[in-house]
Amino acid sequence: MAAPKKGRRQSAPGKPGRSLVFILIALVALTGGMFLSGHTTPRLGIDLAGGTSITLEAKNEPGQKNAINPDNMNTAVDIINNRVNGLGVSEAEVQTQGDKNIIVNIPKGSNEKQAREQVGTTAQLYFRPVITQAPGQPTPEPSTSPSSGTDKEKDKDKATDKATDKATDKGGSPSATPTSQGRAVSEALKDDPTPSASDKAKDKGGKKDETPKPDPATAKLQEQFTKLDCTDKKARAAAGRGIKPSEPTIACGKSPDGKTWDKFILAPAELNGKDVDDAKAAIKQETGAWVVNMEFTKGGSKKFSDVTSKLMKQQSPQNQFAIVLDGEVASAPSVSVVLSTNAEISGNFNQESAKDLANILSYGALPLTFHEQSVTTVSPALGGEQLKAGLIAGAIGLALVVIYLVVYYRGLSLIAIASLLVSAALTYTIMTLLGPTIKFALNLPAVCGAIVAIGITADSFIVFFERVRDEVREGRTLRPAVERAWPRARRTILVSDFVSFLAAAVLFVVTVGKVQGFAFTLGLTTLLDVVVVFFFTKPLMTLMARKKFFASGHEWSGLDPKRLGAKPPLRRSRRTTPPTAGPVDPKEA
Amino acid sequence: MSKLGNLGARLYRGEVGYDFVGKRKIWYGISILITITAIVGLAVRGLNMGIEFEGGAVFNTPKTSVSVSQAEESAEKASGHDAIVQKLGDDKLRIQIAGVDIKKSDQIKKSLAEDLDVKAGDIDADLVGPSWGDQIANKAWQGLAIFMVLVVIYLAIAFEWRMALAALIALIHDITITVGVYALVGFEVTPGTVIGLLTILGYSLYDTVVVFDSLKEQSKDITKQTKYTYSELANRSINGTLVRSINTTVVALLPVAGLLFIGGGALGAGMLNDISLSLFVGLAAGAYSSIFIATPLVADFKEREPQMKALKKRVLAKRAAAAAKGESAEAPESYADEEPEDDAVPGDAAPAVVGPRSQPASRNRGRGRPSGKRR
Repeated sequence: MAAPKKGRRQSAPGKPGRSLVFILIALVALTGGMFLSGHTTPRLGIDLAGGTSITLEAKNEPGQKNAINPDNMNTAVDIINNRVNGLGVSEAEVQTQGDKNIIVNIPKGSNEKQAREQVGTTAQLYFRPVITQAPGQPTPEPSTSPSSGTDKEKDKDKATDKATDKATDKGGSPSATPTSQGRAVSEALKDDPTPSASDKAKDKGGKKDETPKPDPATAKLQEQFTKLDCTDKKARAAAGRGIKPSEPTIACGKSPDGKTWDKFILAPAELNGKDVDDAKAAIKQETGAWVVNMEFTKGGSKKFSDVTSKLMKQQSPQNQFAIVLDGEVASAPSVSVVLSTNAEISGNFNQESAKDLANILSYGALPLTFHEQSVTTVSPALGGEQLKAGLIAGAIGLALVVIYLVVYYRGLSLIAIASLLVSAALTYTIMTLLGPTIKFALNLPAVCGAIVAIGITADSFIVFFERVRDEVREGRTLRPAVERAWPRARRTILVSDFVSFLAAAVLFVVTVGKVQGFAFTLGLTTLLDVVVVFFFTKPLMTLMARKKFFASGHEWSGLDPKRLGAKPPLRRSRRTTPPTAGPVDPKEA
Repeated sequence: MSKLGNLGARLYRGEVGYDFVGKRKIWYGISILITITAIVGLAVRGLNMGIEFEGGAVFNTPKTSVSVSQAEESAEKASGHDAIVQKLGDDKLRIQIAGVDIKKSDQIKKSLAEDLDVKAGDIDADLVGPSWGDQIANKAWQGLAIFMVLVVIYLAIAFEWRMALAALIALIHDITITVGVYALVGFEVTPGTVIGLLTILGYSLYDTVVVFDSLKEQSKDITKQTKYTYSELANRSINGTLVRSINTTVVALLPVAGLLFIGGGALGAGMLNDISLSLFVGLAAGAYSSIFIATPLVADFKEREPQMKALKKRVLAKRAAAAAKGESAEAPESYADEEPEDDAVPGDAAPAVVGPRSQPASRNRGRGRPSGKRR
């Protein structure tokens, strides 16, 4: 650790050494983190680095002849935009092309595969009670799938495939309305040792699908169901296609162990994606597995409790309801109590896939089905020369700033330049680290914004320096001058930075896309400005005030009382202001 | 430069200074002129919205050996609009041009085909929608509106409603001028421009707040003294923070000027030019308005207060009395009759009494002379 030796004096004015050490440690830690993470440059936006362009084509669904219209296309653009720009800082662009294509541009360095899944998923979500369930091969033929006898003995995770009413652990967000239902019963449910999984395991043991007592499934559907081979990808995708949500259907779903397939006959949908208010990925406390928690809207909760109260009286497998996402059963938990506000989708999620699903569910279903027409790389929209020119110009501008500061502030400019360097280093490392963590991507406007931020940062110490000089002009010696100037300067800095931060916060919360990315940059640089002035510039100034060079008001220190036109501290004679400051002897104040 | 420190000191003590508040009518006039020009420019020429907002045509070419920048040139030549050219994976080009409809696209196709040395039939033309759609635009407006309301509330609490109002007027002034310059220059408005504008919005307020902060401090105990009217104090606080304002503006503008003149000049038109132009104009307007517009406006608003009117009466009465006594004090003109003093201050100023700093540093045994030597 590069702790400066000089700053260890514990004296009255705020222990300057400590803050300096603190900020240096922070810098070293950030830089170290940057190199450890292997990303040493910030992620660049699509305008600077290029990326991948995905062309999606809307497909006509049978039974929805006129679905492809500008309205639906625009809705789809908005939803896809929300999905790929979940955090608003990743700089992806979405636009329509022609009357049935959507182009999605994703910047380099983002997870392309993930993005493709995100944009293509329709996210049609239905909750359908289960009528029949069977292993996923066509029933008449002997199975060709790898579902061997060992599979059924696989210890099934008891806690998966359970819908629990999660009114309790809501990740620390205090909700104003107490959720009335389900706390106690959810406990009961968790302890209920009859998960549907074990039933499925029994089913696999040669038993044909249990024929339900009153069979609401039509003969045709039954026939389709018998033929359905869930191990075949095409057949899986085709299962239940074109069937309206208000009719019974067939579907495939991964069995809870994630290795084999089950097939289902499902009753008409009781709820759909519109009833879901919000979805979040979370780790289930009991099992440590990733799940997706859905919260229902008011209407949704009511429907959901109606359904679950009906289902809990049924026998297995009809006490299950299937959560069907894009025609595939995501999970089919069995119900043993009435549930209302929340449902949980469990399955073989990892953190990423759970988050993706939650993201997709939160933003709703696409009104159209799309398929990928082409995926291709695109070159930067602006070309590298723009960034280069911007950086060179910015560097020249910075050099000019440094020259100006040196000429005007002389010795003080050392403090200013050091502060600027610290601030630049912090900004750079944080932006770089945010690339992999929240997909923050720097675009050209953001680069320009960062260059403007130089001015805002420099302003903070200009305000401070001018205050100090005013105090020196009052005839004070440097140390008291610094300590007196600081509270006033601090107030000005905080008030004005608060305005900037307010702008950033409001824009970040309200807007989407590029504006949100900008707001993020603005907020970050404003915060860093405050941090640097408080923890670096001020302590450094305090330290410097003790140095003879500054304290004695050396003419190159930028604090020469004579040059500042200070009044002599004790004598009150009439003194002509020096016409021009020629070489004056350093004056002991 | 060496004189600057000294000048700073004299500004600080109010020995020299420019009569910003007294001459405010001139600056208001100038601002109104510029603003009108900007609005006329907007009305007549309108804003040239880029493809990101308007949508436009997209041309996908087959494989070609032409470079991106060459293609950009020929596309701009063919259409007369800015074009965004990207290379797709295998040396194909995607050329997006704003403000083009299908009718025009055939001739653009032809000229592109000639330039790029491909068959016109092989170029796919299609319409593209805006990538900066209504949703983004609407949310941006919504965010702006919420921010404006909040910032006015905040300033009204932190300072007072008059300052909040003045800051808002200055802000609108800055944005109008910047947008107007855009319309006059005829640059295409891109997302970069919008972001530039938002940056200005933050900066303009920021700068105004710094000046207001000093004004608030100076006028804390204003009613307890009879030396200065509010306008005179406002003027002193502008002059007192003048050095900081100049320095900050220089420091903020230098890098942007670098972007505009060096970066933009070397490259010709481009995103960089767009952003840096809006930033340069906006930052300059922001710095100007916080000194010449916002603070004089506050003084204008304040002088209407009965309290301040009474103060002004007292101050003038005192000065009249002093003048009647035959003291050599030349009472500075009141700002009501708009004729600022121009009396030369003798070069030697007696040192001021060190008073508590919450009050303006007095000098010359209490003869206030805000309008002093001109620089």
